[in-house]
Amino acid sequence: MSVDKLKDAVKQILNEVDIVIGYTEGFDKVHATPLFINTQDKVDQLIWDQRCVHNLASYLPSLKRKKVGVIVKGCDSRTIVQYIQEGLINRENVKIIGLPCSGVISLKKLLKAVDFANIDDITFEDNGNVNVKTEKETKTLSLMDIAPDKCKTCQYPTPLIYDILIGDPIKSDKPKESVYEDIIEFDKKSLEEKLAYWQKVFDRCIRCYACRNACPMCVCQDSCIAESREPHWISQRATLTEKFMFHLIHTVHLAGRCVECGECERACPMGIPVNTLKRKINLEMKELFDYVPGVNPDDKPPMYTFNVDELKIKEHKIG
Amino acid sequence: MTELGFLKKENLVEFLKELATKSVVYVPVADDDVVAFKLFQENSTICLDRPANIPPKTVIFPQYETLLTFTFSKKEEQPDKIDVKIQEKMDFKDTVIFAARPCDAKGFTVYDRVYKDSDIPDPYYVGKREKTVIIGFSCPNVSPGCFCTAVGSTPSDKEGSDILMTEVSGGFVLEPVTEKGKAVIQSKFIEDGSKYLEEAQKKQEDVKNKVKNPFKKAGKPQISQEKFNDDSFWELALSKCLSCGACTFLCPTCYCFNITDENKIWEAERLRSWDACMFPHFTLEASGHNPRPTKFHRFKNRVGHKFLYYPEKYNGVLACCGCGRCIRYCPVSVDISKVVDELSDTNSENKTLTSNGGEA
Repeated sequence: MSVDKLKDAVKQILNEVDIVIGYTEGFDKVHATPLFINTQDKVDQLIWDQRCVHNLASYLPSLKRKKVGVIVKGCDSRTIVQYIQEGLINRENVKIIGLPCSGVISLKKLLKAVDFANIDDITFEDNGNVNVKTEKETKTLSLMDIAPDKCKTCQYPTPLIYDILIGDPIKSDKPKESVYEDIIEFDKKSLEEKLAYWQKVFDRCIRCYACRNACPMCVCQDSCIAESREPHWISQRATLTEKFMFHLIHTVHLAGRCVECGECERACPMGIPVNTLKRKINLEMKELFDYVPGVNPDDKPPMYTFNVDELKIKEHKIG
Repeated sequence: MTELGFLKKENLVEFLKELATKSVVYVPVADDDVVAFKLFQENSTICLDRPANIPPKTVIFPQYETLLTFTFSKKEEQPDKIDVKIQEKMDFKDTVIFAARPCDAKGFTVYDRVYKDSDIPDPYYVGKREKTVIIGFSCPNVSPGCFCTAVGSTPSDKEGSDILMTEVSGGFVLEPVTEKGKAVIQSKFIEDGSKYLEEAQKKQEDVKNKVKNPFKKAGKPQISQEKFNDDSFWELALSKCLSCGACTFLCPTCYCFNITDENKIWEAERLRSWDACMFPHFTLEASGHNPRPTKFHRFKNRVGHKFLYYPEKYNGVLACCGCGRCIRYCPVSVDISKVVDELSDTNSENKTLTSNGGEA
């Protein structure tokens, strides 16, 4: 897909909306950064490639009163579907430009693959090869080796909802069963092993709340329980107890709502795999309610409904 | 002070073990690819080839610390009266921070002006600061987003360090900067390092030349007050900001804190913990009014504090040492150097930068 088609579409849409959110070059060769386009002359700054990792749909609820155009990948489009289910955006105020995507890079994996060397240049080939030039060497990597885990089991390479689709739709070639394979595998560990693992990784948490603020479904915003000072629910101590408390609240608030975009994990400056917890809860929700978040705009999230007798929760049956 | 020392690479762990018999020693440790300063252990995976994700400010200005403890008591004969016993926590140990990057060491000098060399010194900060020896480590390479030379520093800046260590073939050259530092290298593992001086200097120079200057104009970045006051600039430049605290919490010069009394029934603690101007609660007033209601106002303050207000108060010294962490770890790549560059005053000549980030 040539970026020119995208630019043409954005130019056209810009006549109908206040802002279009896309991607542009970041501070170095491996980073893209969100671009807010409010005038025609900015359209030429747009880029589209495997560095476009951010979930731009996350900005929509905060711009609810404006008319906004947004560029989404397949995974990002689930956020919009979930917003519609929860009434967090006005669909008529949003113009969605969909881009079929066959995977993006994970900065953390890329840096590890080049042994944390400074990267001078990166190019992407259609066959999935990624050429990386560092100060020491030029290396060819396979995109799937440095892609976020979500790309490796991606079921929705083509956006599920859009007004304009640019490029040909892509069908997923990843088996459905693979989506939660890693979670099922992780769950096989003993309770002690799992506790030790989470203690080790959460010890690193600095409570900067990048995970929460990057999360498209964290909508409590300034009223988050983790920070409220009146009442002061969670102590200012930064011990494991407080860190666990915050992350588990985040997880539970996302039960059956997490669209698995992985932004929480990508945003974490301390490399904590926070998305694992949310995906575990999503797996439970799938088994209990046969519900997958962010797929069908007409669905109702299970936590938004109440049935005295839930089909699969036997212990809730009352006399 | 020119008595150069040399530490062989194979003696590094032994040297640290020796230091650890007298002091609490913090070293940069890599765990799951994340580097942070942790207590030295013999099997620590010390990582020197890239800067820590989080600077060693945690050692002297920890994420949270107990300032005082309260204990409440009641006597049976006087049930309407509660006695309070207050105990301060002023127990500071001899500490060594090993291999702080020069930008991280310099960060402490930004804190010093506020917490140590002010009219009302902060006893908790001063207590720890005075008992800590900082072994700086001249950067072996540049890192994505770093720009120390553009804010008056270098990758081998000695300011803030008690010793400056430079890696050369086979080991490390140790250059004492202060008396405190001189004492630390009185060790059987430290040899005479004078013959390695040239190699160390060459290495320092090579890395210095690789640091990128993100500013279009040479000299000390000078912000135009007019542009700074234009809210529409901030609104557009910061549209992408998520208003999380990653930039502030990872910043070696951010020093804002919160104080809370954390009560149990018969005892309580007064805690000091990191706070961040990027959080809405930071400026939320008791009335419910928030003078910095949006992320634009909050980031404007962050830039203002570092490039306008702090320099105004402290002889033009910038409160930014160019480590680049806020750029590198920002989830959406907000680039403070780009923002400062766009705010640059195009009408006047920039002043010359001095080595402490101040004006000539």
